[in-house]
Amino acid sequence: MVTIKELPQEEYLLKGHAACAGCGPSIALRLLFKALGKNVILVVPACCTSIIQGPYPYTSIGVPLQNILFESTAAAASGIVAALQQKKLEGVTVVGWAGDGGTVDIGIQALSGAAERETDFIYICYDNEAYGNTGMQRSGATPYGAWTTTTPTGKRERKKNMPFIMAAHRIPYVATACPSYPIDFVNKLKKAKEIRGTKYIHILAPCPTGWRYTTEKTVELGKLAVQTGLWALYEIEYGKFKLNSPSDRLVDKAKRKPVKEYLALQGRFRNLTEEDIAKIQKWVDEDWERYRKLASNYLL
Amino acid sequence: MVAVHKSRKDMPLTPLSSPTLGSMGKTGYWRTFRPEVDYSKCTRCTLCWIYCPDAAIERREDDSPKIDYDYCKGCGICANECPVKAITMHREEE
Repeated sequence: MVTIKELPQEEYLLKGHAACAGCGPSIALRLLFKALGKNVILVVPACCTSIIQGPYPYTSIGVPLQNILFESTAAAASGIVAALQQKKLEGVTVVGWAGDGGTVDIGIQALSGAAERETDFIYICYDNEAYGNTGMQRSGATPYGAWTTTTPTGKRERKKNMPFIMAAHRIPYVATACPSYPIDFVNKLKKAKEIRGTKYIHILAPCPTGWRYTTEKTVELGKLAVQTGLWALYEIEYGKFKLNSPSDRLVDKAKRKPVKEYLALQGRFRNLTEEDIAKIQKWVDEDWERYRKLASNYLL
Repeated sequence: MVAVHKSRKDMPLTPLSSPTLGSMGKTGYWRTFRPEVDYSKCTRCTLCWIYCPDAAIERREDDSPKIDYDYCKGCGICANECPVKAITMHREEE
């Protein structure tokens, strides 16, 4: 276990990058470099991170990075892993770093293929629940009721459960994280680095621009998402499901905050009616009943 | 046979970007509110350092924060997350 003060001070996400003020994914990217160090090759499709780098011929990311087409993150990472094996270069971690659109919608077939081939890499989806870099269009990860530019009255469908889709591939490690809990995220990355095979981490990364809240609430909203139970922190290691702190204390419904506290802070949920909120609360409670059963049986 | 390139000059024409401090320029110009630290209240917990999305907060030797105003975008996460409210936001003067 590490503490915040023990994390390295070197920065590989350089100052003066192009992210919006209060960007959640940037916090996650900084933590990624603090956990994995500089021996990392990033593969980034079209997503906010391709903007965060800044304009050609400059980049604000201090490690080797390949920008690739939207659907081919996992395919390009597979190629890099194969090249590293051919050149016998060891100690390099290949990381696919994609947004939610590039993972749950467009990149899912390449990712599924890489998982089936047991490619040795870490795939990280940072989920801001819409296509952020093109101006917030609805994605498969947008939650029920959320405003986006293509769902102006709120999305009518539920969010895809991507971590469970990846767990169904029987890969060795699947985890969820949130940059509001940095130590939890860093520990999961360090664990994933030591495991051979495909590792998948799904991060909830609050986005002030798209979620319509003031910039200083990014970390607060990440914490609220976890405390209300809308986002659970868990890991599935070789098929064994385990809730992590602080989510492991929230199995009892009385300990979870009402989802309304999280929804009311965000402008994208302004259209929700009381029935919608009751529906979301009911779904969260159902999810937690499932997590409780999974955590006691360890079986997925 | 895999082609091996000895240097960048031998490589085929490839768009490459170099890591640069301030690839978007001095992003401190984006700021509306300016964070200011009250060092007498600060408990050196380093939470502001880890939560800064812009890496604009450095740690001094005693772990107190040093804000780089050239690049701080003024999002206010540090002030919001400080457990003892040692960081406060003030509107930038013209």
